[in-house]
Amino acid sequence: MSLFDHKVSDLHELLHKKEISVTDLVDTSFKRINEVEDQVQAFLTLDEERARAKAKALDEKIGQADKKGLLFGMPIGIKDNIVTKNLRTTCASKILDNFDPIYDATVMGKLHQAETVTIGKLNMDEFAMGSSTENSGFKETRNPWNLDRVPGGSSGGSAASVAAGEVLFSLGSDTGGSIRQPASFCGVVGMKPTYGLVSRFGLVAFASSLDQIGPVTRTVEDNAYLLEAIAGHDEMDSTSVNVQIPNYVGALNGDIKGLRIAVPKEYLGEGVDEVVRQSVFHALKELEKLGATWEEVSLPHSKYALATYYLLSSSEASANLSRFDGVRYGYRSPDAQNLLDMYKKTRAEGFGDEVKRRIMLGTFALSSGYYDAYYKKAQKVRTLIKKDFDDIFQKYDVIIGPTTPTPAFKIGENLADPMTMYVNDILTIPVNLAGVPGISVPCGFADGLPLGLQIIGKHFDESTVYKVAHAFEQSTDFHKQKPQL
Amino acid sequence: MSRISTEQVKHVANLARLAITEEEATRLTQQLDKIITYAEQLNEIDTENIEPTSHVLDLKNVLREDIAKPGLPNEQVLKNAPDHQDGQIKVPPIIE
Repeated sequence: MSLFDHKVSDLHELLHKKEISVTDLVDTSFKRINEVEDQVQAFLTLDEERARAKAKALDEKIGQADKKGLLFGMPIGIKDNIVTKNLRTTCASKILDNFDPIYDATVMGKLHQAETVTIGKLNMDEFAMGSSTENSGFKETRNPWNLDRVPGGSSGGSAASVAAGEVLFSLGSDTGGSIRQPASFCGVVGMKPTYGLVSRFGLVAFASSLDQIGPVTRTVEDNAYLLEAIAGHDEMDSTSVNVQIPNYVGALNGDIKGLRIAVPKEYLGEGVDEVVRQSVFHALKELEKLGATWEEVSLPHSKYALATYYLLSSSEASANLSRFDGVRYGYRSPDAQNLLDMYKKTRAEGFGDEVKRRIMLGTFALSSGYYDAYYKKAQKVRTLIKKDFDDIFQKYDVIIGPTTPTPAFKIGENLADPMTMYVNDILTIPVNLAGVPGISVPCGFADGLPLGLQIIGKHFDESTVYKVAHAFEQSTDFHKQKPQL
Repeated sequence: MSRISTEQVKHVANLARLAITEEEATRLTQQLDKIITYAEQLNEIDTENIEPTSHVLDLKNVLREDIAKPGLPNEQVLKNAPDHQDGQIKVPPIIE
C-alpha cells in the first residue's frame, strides 16, 4: 500500500502526529517514479533535488506551533503549460525546449503559500492542443491501466501520474475537455472550474476565453481541497472574478435529496458506446437511491459545439501563439538571413503539425473576407450554446452525462485524421463554451479501462458539483481500484 | 467544391509567419478543407439577430491605477533570449 492511497486529510493527520514526514511523502513519489515512469512516461522534467530539500525544510517546521495548512507537504505534479520560476516549462513544444521562466504562475504562488512540494512538470499535447498527449514534442505518455492505450489529453501527464501513484495530485488545464477527458480515461477525478474562478496568469495561453486551470486527484474530497487552494481573484488576470471562495469540502455531506438532474439526450446519442451509456444509467440509478430525480432534456445546439469550438479556439490560438517568434525566448532557427525569414523558419521548425494546423485554421478564420463567415458566426453560435445551458439551469441543479463517448483508445489509432481525434471532445467542449464548471468522476470499467461520469453545474456552483460527485463516489467503489503496473 | 485553395493556404501561412513546403501546402489544403467543410454546418443556424459571445462573463473594462513600478532587471529580460549583445536582444537584419 502506498501513502498516496490515503486522502489529503488523513495524510495531514499522520504528518501532524509525526507518524510520517514530508520526506516520506516525497520519497513515495520518487520511489514510484523510479518503478513505473519508464512505462508511464508522464513527466517532462523532474525537480528531485529541490523537492527533497523542500521536504527537509518543511519537516523542520512540523514541530513548530503555528497551524499548518491542509496541503502542507503534499507532493504535486504540474502540467507543463503552467509557468514555474526557475523550473523548465516547455508546453511540450520544441519551441520552448530551453525555456526557464523568470516568474511563477499565480497558482504556483498559491501552492507555495500552501506549502506543497512540486515533484516535476507533466507531459501534455503541445500547447494543450490534442486529446491523447500524442502531440507532445517530446514523449508518448501511456495509460497506466493499459500501456497500449493513450492517457487522454491534453493533460495526459497530469492524469496518468496521479493514476499511477507517482504524485498525490496534480494540476492540469482544460480548454475543451483537457482535464476531464484524461481524468475519465485514467480513472481519476478531474475538475474544470467555472471560467474566471482560477487565475490564468502564468498559464501559457491557448484559447484565452476558454482556458481554465483545475485539479486532478484520486478522490473528490482531495479535489475540493486543491481547488480551494488555487481559486480566487487575481489582479494579474483581468478575467478572474472577485467572488468569495466557498468551503467546498464543507458541502460534501452526501445529502442530495431533492436534487434535480438533467440528462441531455444529445450526450447519450449516436457515437456514444453502449457500455458508456449503461454506466451513466447505472450512475443515475445510484443517485436516485440517494434521493435525486432525473429527467431527459435537450441541449439543442450541442451538435454545433465542435465546429464552434474549433473555429474559436484556433482563432484565439493563432493570436496567442504569435508571441513565439524566436526573439525574446525559446527556440530560434539558426540559419535565417533576415528577420522575416527568422520568424517563419523558427515557427516552422519549432511547432509540431497539430499546432501549425490550428494556427493556420485560426489565421484563416480571422483573415480579411472570412472573419464574418467563420469567426463571428461561431461567436454567435456560442451565444446559443450558452443559452441552452442557461435554460436548463433554470429548472435543474446539475447536468449529467458521460465524459467521453468511448474508453481510452489505442495509441496511434486516431492520428491519421484530425477530425476523428476532435470528435473525442464532443461531450466536454460545450461546457467550456458556456463557461460552467464540470467534473469527471470514475463510474465504471469497460474491458479494464476506466469510464468517467461528467457532472456539470451552474456558474460558480462548484459546491453542488462536488457534493453530487462525492455522494456518487461514496456510494460506489470505482475510485478504490488501481491500475496494475 | 473545395473551400480553400493551395494558393490561399500559402497566403495564410505567410500571414501566420510559418514557412511551409509544397508538400505541407498540399496536405494542409486537404485537411483545412475538410475542417472548414465541417464547420460550415454552422450555416444551418439562423443567427441574424443573435449577439456574438466573445466572453461568458459579464465583465466590463477592468482598470487599475496608473502607478509606475520598477520593470524587470535587464539580466532577467535577457535570460531566455536566444541572442543578445550590450544588454539588448539581437535579431537578424531587418533592413537589407
